[in-house]
Amino acid sequence: MASAAPRPLLSVSNIEVIYDHVILVLKGVSLQVPEGGIVTLLGANGAGKSTTLKAISGLLRTERGEVTKGTIEFQGRAIHRQNPSEVVKHGIVQVMEGRHVFEHLTVEENLLTGAYTRRNGHSTKKDLEVVYHYFPRLVERRGFKAGYISGGEQQMVAIGRALMARPKMMLLDEPSMGLAPMLVKEIFDIVGRLHREEGVAVLLAEQNATMALQVAQHGYVMENGRIVLDGDAKTISENEDIKEFYLGLTGVGQRKSYRDVKHYRRRKRWLS
Amino acid sequence: MSDLLYMVLVAPFKDMAGAPAFLVEVLIGGVFAGLMYSLVALGFVLIYKASGVFNFAQGVMVLFAALTLVGLLERGAPVVVALALTVAVMVGLAYAIERVVLRPLVNQPQIILFMATIGLNFFLEGFGEMAWGANVKKLDIGIPDRSFIVRGVQINELELTAAVTAAVLVTLLALFFQTTRIGRALRAVADDHEAALSIGIPLKTIWVVVWSVAGVVAIVAGLMWGAKSGVQFSLSLIALKALPVLILGGFESVPGAIVGGLIIGVGEKLGEVYWGPLVGGAIENWFAYVLALAFLLVRPQGLFGEKIIERV
Repeated sequence: MASAAPRPLLSVSNIEVIYDHVILVLKGVSLQVPEGGIVTLLGANGAGKSTTLKAISGLLRTERGEVTKGTIEFQGRAIHRQNPSEVVKHGIVQVMEGRHVFEHLTVEENLLTGAYTRRNGHSTKKDLEVVYHYFPRLVERRGFKAGYISGGEQQMVAIGRALMARPKMMLLDEPSMGLAPMLVKEIFDIVGRLHREEGVAVLLAEQNATMALQVAQHGYVMENGRIVLDGDAKTISENEDIKEFYLGLTGVGQRKSYRDVKHYRRRKRWLS
Repeated sequence: MSDLLYMVLVAPFKDMAGAPAFLVEVLIGGVFAGLMYSLVALGFVLIYKASGVFNFAQGVMVLFAALTLVGLLERGAPVVVALALTVAVMVGLAYAIERVVLRPLVNQPQIILFMATIGLNFFLEGFGEMAWGANVKKLDIGIPDRSFIVRGVQINELELTAAVTAAVLVTLLALFFQTTRIGRALRAVADDHEAALSIGIPLKTIWVVVWSVAGVVAIVAGLMWGAKSGVQFSLSLIALKALPVLILGGFESVPGAIVGGLIIGVGEKLGEVYWGPLVGGAIENWFAYVLALAFLLVRPQGLFGEKIIERV
């Protein structure tokens, strides 16, 4: 498909999310993920990244949240009224923030639960091998209770488990949270490989903007439940404001001392 | 003082050693009672594991299952047909409970769901009696309540059947939980609701399955208790005995329910027979609760309860 604007795989248009019937959390968020693309959603704590992902995966309703306006379309099909299990069957799986492995199940059982929506048993075995191929560390851990393995390994289990559903798109929520920098790099490398080799599209919500912008092709910046900036990853990482507020660099490209931050706070240009 | 110690610590064991056949009979009686407690406790464990709901109505589900079975038998249905129909009724009940009680209350605090099961308790009690009548009924499933003697030990045929049935049921349940796709999903839901949802496990299906299984367990419990002591309202009160079993074995453990039941069954029978005379009897009535209390102080998660995994 070499047309000028191929239809995006996922298209979120102008959604509004309200929690508990009163709390307005997302105020008209629109974003798109192209077929087989990696898109990152940046923003500080509480900006609405997780809520956006949960609105897509349908997990919102378990937290008494609701998409009250706008539409979410996946491959041209509206999915914002479907429950999580239907969304998974369409090919979107979310890897939740904080890993959420099944602690009392073994690593392998955790992975197998990921294949719940796909009934045919014989291809499950093959998928298990694919997961172990990407996460060789899990092979030696396969019989361990997932609650007892390290944080990085748990994140691998969580991603591997999502992979077992054979998704067309993964929603990754803060995969770097609480992990050592080396592990973060390892996880991001694997995400990049999954994308290249398996053709899985990724929507990645991250606070670690440096890392996210390295793997992503396109980025959105969120603040206070709105998208305030979007562009391809390169443009975003060169944006003055992003450098200042998310990458921790000054205009000259040097690391900024925290002492200066205290005295001086530049206004972000996108906020009036 | 030394007399008292002798009476408490030595004399009972001398009695046991003096009449081994009688001891074995007491033990068998205890094992039987214990298995019955276990069956009821199992129903609690299953539902608690998969949905974190403490099902107050489990005792009444046992009564309801027994009433339904007796009612069908009284109307002349053959045992097999009556059993199959009762299973169908319990599965239908599971569907109804999911649709009418659980689904509207999803995401509510646990206590709300607990209250809902109290409501369910009263509904089932009233509905069962309205449908099948409130008088005490005899449940005859064709296994005679008579005994035979092996090496001087009396064994009751009905109790033996009950014990074997319970053992088979428990084995099947354990296999179901450990090896099947649905069983794995059930354990996953028990561990982390939200994560289970995120990978596409539908909670509704899981709930129906789990309440159906609890319903079937209730049938077996109702069958055995009913055959032993008649089907009557007091059947629902055995749920009270299941509580200490749960505390002992751990709320989310299938093996815990079995072992806990056996410990309490055997313990209370031994206590009653050998130590009962010292305190004027009735140990059977409070033994389970005192033991449970002691456990709460020492090991609150129970013998086999899931240890809370804490990462440092």
